Amino acid sequence: MREPKGVEREIARKTRRAFLVGGIAAVAGGGGVEWLKSRPAEDGVAWPFREALRANESVARAYFEPARLSREYPVKQAEQPKANGDIGLDDDTIANWKLVLEAPRGRQELRLDAVQALPRVELTTELRCIEGWSTVVHWTGARFADFLARYAPEARPAGYVGLETPDGAYYVGLEMASALHPQTLLAYAMNGEPLTADHGAPLRLVTPVKYGIKNIKRIGRIRFTDNRPADYWAERGYDWYAGL
Amino acid sequence: MHWINVPLLGVMLWSGLLIYWADDIYRAGIGDFTLFRFFPDWFYKLLNVPFRLAEGMAWHFLFAWLFTLNGALYVLYTAISGEWRYLVPTRRSFREAVQVMLHDLGIRKEPLPRRKFNGAQQIAYTGIVLAGAGSVVTGLAVYKPVQFGWLATLLGGYQPARLEHFALAIGYVLFFGIHITQVIRAGWNNLRAMVTGYEVVSTTGDAPNA
Repeated sequence: MREPKGVEREIARKTRRAFLVGGIAAVAGGGGVEWLKSRPAEDGVAWPFREALRANESVARAYFEPARLSREYPVKQAEQPKANGDIGLDDDTIANWKLVLEAPRGRQELRLDAVQALPRVELTTELRCIEGWSTVVHWTGARFADFLARYAPEARPAGYVGLETPDGAYYVGLEMASALHPQTLLAYAMNGEPLTADHGAPLRLVTPVKYGIKNIKRIGRIRFTDNRPADYWAERGYDWYAGL
Repeated sequence: MHWINVPLLGVMLWSGLLIYWADDIYRAGIGDFTLFRFFPDWFYKLLNVPFRLAEGMAWHFLFAWLFTLNGALYVLYTAISGEWRYLVPTRRSFREAVQVMLHDLGIRKEPLPRRKFNGAQQIAYTGIVLAGAGSVVTGLAVYKPVQFGWLATLLGGYQPARLEHFALAIGYVLFFGIHITQVIRAGWNNLRAMVTGYEVVSTTGDAPNA
């Protein structure tokens, strides 16, 4: 048995060392957070976080499976969603609306009946806002995959689809896998009625595999790229992928 | 790993609050009567919460990895080292927990069992690990409700999963409050044990106030 004095010293030594290590760890952790916060921003968020969002995107894209569907509800459960954003929804752009399709084979200008001529799809799913709320909505439209097959089949190998409002004020990018998802629609009716101006008349995107921010209203132009198209909210600190 | 959890959980709660603010729908009350709104405006102002959703998401989805990893390592360590024997409640833990509570509230005078963790601690510490796992699972269902649609369905749906995720977060805050109170009450010898990993036990018969 050791002397009580020696024991006392041993206790003091262990305590001192543990608190020192703990203190250093706490300072290092605090410094790490400060370092993270003070990094230069890339599209509205400090770059380490932008890198993390991209890493998360890689994982999500590898895991993505088009056969996984957003749950569908009975039509009678559909409700009116909040019209949450009005960027790019200038009323002047409705009267002369046309859909400009910039396909690799050439530019086309389409009218709404070009989309309505495609197989009609009814879909009742949850529209999920990035803010947290969600609403079950009943949509009518054409699958984006059918639209592509009919009007721009040569664009399929492209990596991305860029969509924007007629005035170009709001724009989103989708990777091709999400664009071709069976529940991704070019919708012209909501809850049985033609789209109203604040919900994106005459044609909007509906894709339950993305947050509402990607469900662009009043599509004026569609183009195909190999690089990620610009995205309105991704330039303002949000995740570009925004996939669900 | 216990101490790493302090900043990790702190960041997760703080960034979660930045996210929650964007659609703060929960309250405690019955019918039209609201006892407490999550959260009052003064609370948001005090913590500078408003209009930081994107920032909150960026932090949350980076630190979620670290939180999950730390939790997994903790469970792994506990399992391999055999420490789980001190932590996992047994049949008598529940009876003992009631006695501990009565003791702590000053109603019962008999001394507490002299073990590393008493029944109430076993239940609380195992519960908090399970809550951590619950946060990961409910978080995943809210994060990718289509790719993990089966998980969201299992939890009752997207919005129910969101409520469960929030309730667990509130649970941590309550746990933290009680935990800190108990640590302060237990005194220096106990805190020293929490930091050093060694507890000092007097052999001269004079029991330390653990």
